Amino acid sequence: MSGTLRTQVGQLARRSVLRTMRQPAQIVPALVFPLFLLAVNSGGLKDATSLPGFPTDSYLTFALAVPFMQGALFSVMNAGTDLARDIETGFLNRLALTPLRGAALLSGLLAGAVVLGLVQAATYLIVGLTAGAELAAGVPGALVIVALSISITVAFGSIGLFAALRTGSGEAVQGLFPLFFVILFLSSMALPLDLLQTDWFHAVASANPVSYLLAAFRSLLIEGWDPGALALGFGIAAAVLAIGMFAASAALKTRLVRT
Amino acid sequence: MTRKIALAVAWRSIHNFLTNPAFLAPGILFPLFFFTAFAGGLSAISGAPGFDFPSGYTAFQFVFVLLQSAAFGGVFTGFGIARDFETGFAQRYLLAASNRTGIVAGYVLAALVRALITWAVLTAVALVAGMEVGGSAVDLFGLYGLAVLVNLAATLWATGVAMRVRSIQGGPLMQFPTFLILFLAPVYVPLELLSGWIHAVASVNPVTALLESGRGFIGGEATQVAGAFAIAVVLPVLFALWARGGLKRAEAAG
Repeated sequence: MSGTLRTQVGQLARRSVLRTMRQPAQIVPALVFPLFLLAVNSGGLKDATSLPGFPTDSYLTFALAVPFMQGALFSVMNAGTDLARDIETGFLNRLALTPLRGAALLSGLLAGAVVLGLVQAATYLIVGLTAGAELAAGVPGALVIVALSISITVAFGSIGLFAALRTGSGEAVQGLFPLFFVILFLSSMALPLDLLQTDWFHAVASANPVSYLLAAFRSLLIEGWDPGALALGFGIAAAVLAIGMFAASAALKTRLVRT
Repeated sequence: MTRKIALAVAWRSIHNFLTNPAFLAPGILFPLFFFTAFAGGLSAISGAPGFDFPSGYTAFQFVFVLLQSAAFGGVFTGFGIARDFETGFAQRYLLAASNRTGIVAGYVLAALVRALITWAVLTAVALVAGMEVGGSAVDLFGLYGLAVLVNLAATLWATGVAMRVRSIQGGPLMQFPTFLILFLAPVYVPLELLSGWIHAVASVNPVTALLESGRGFIGGEATQVAGAFAIAVVLPVLFALWARGGLKRAEAAG
């Protein structure tokens, strides 16, 4: 990375991080909402552990994977809404007058998502383990969970950037939330894939990448080390990031031409 | 006169709901989505020891989603009221209406029509999906009657908030408590299968009685009917006072 690009990324990353940390309205729901659902679901679905073939006798451990995914969904909203606000207020137009490079803008904006991902992952893990969840992979596994969580948060954040650049509207970015919520619910979120009895639901959940991201977290929480599940999880995160950044770069070019 | 005001306000809200896909789609699609996700994705739960709901898991979840859509139909109407205040339309209502209670009545009527449309779609989808109905026509009348009262209570709650905050920023204040009280009830399994803190909370949550009674209606084994209807009648009365206070605040603010 050249010195100029590093400076540009650094400046925008600093702004993105500060803006994220200064907005409790972004951080608090991203922490509280997933933990609330974790508490409700782990209490309400405890009986699922008595189903033959359920991988653990602690539903809390099984469900602890879900907040990491929900947190990543919040990063779509946060990263996208911040950029949309920059577009709506004309800040992006002013940036377009500078020699700023597109790669620097996108990378810098995702810095906020990295910080939020770190805070989220640490909070979910600490709260989950304190509440009695197990972590079969031990301390190294906790570090991998945090790394995976940040990777997924950044990957989904890039989709938020694309949505913001494509639409230029914070309201339109917020409108993506139900869609991502649907994608999360139509996965192996509540039960393992092989316990999903409804045929069409099983087919949809099996084709849904979120099921494999959840499986990567669960492998560390429940089984220990499963290189295949982890490779799939990190691979999907990398693929989503690549697609998101490619789409966002293309949308940025169009947006800068428009302005 | 009050009736005319109510009908005029209701007509505008219903027209907005039916002609704007951004309002219509979430109102109908969200309950369908929850029904699909819960009834489809969690059907294996019916195999858990002690789960013996006679009409199956689809009907079990249908009741929750019906009451949830009733509550959120009211909350979404509250969003509309807040939007009317932001755009200044509600202030024009306040200026024009000789009896302002008619404005609240109009919003309540609109919320009910909106909920009825959602329930028609939800019920049709549930029946196509193979939902078993063990209850009689009278039982089903009781189930939908409960849903109407829940819709009324939620609308009055959201109206009270919207008229106090008078901005869409009050949305989370309308939505989050509703979400909280619904999900702290026995959503996935009957109350007796819950344990620990969630059992303790669900046992004192008034929504539990509504859910258990609704499930009794659809299963053909009516239960807790008097208690559930008592709660379902008291809640709208309390929230009517709350909404009335909100209206007075909005009047005072001008």
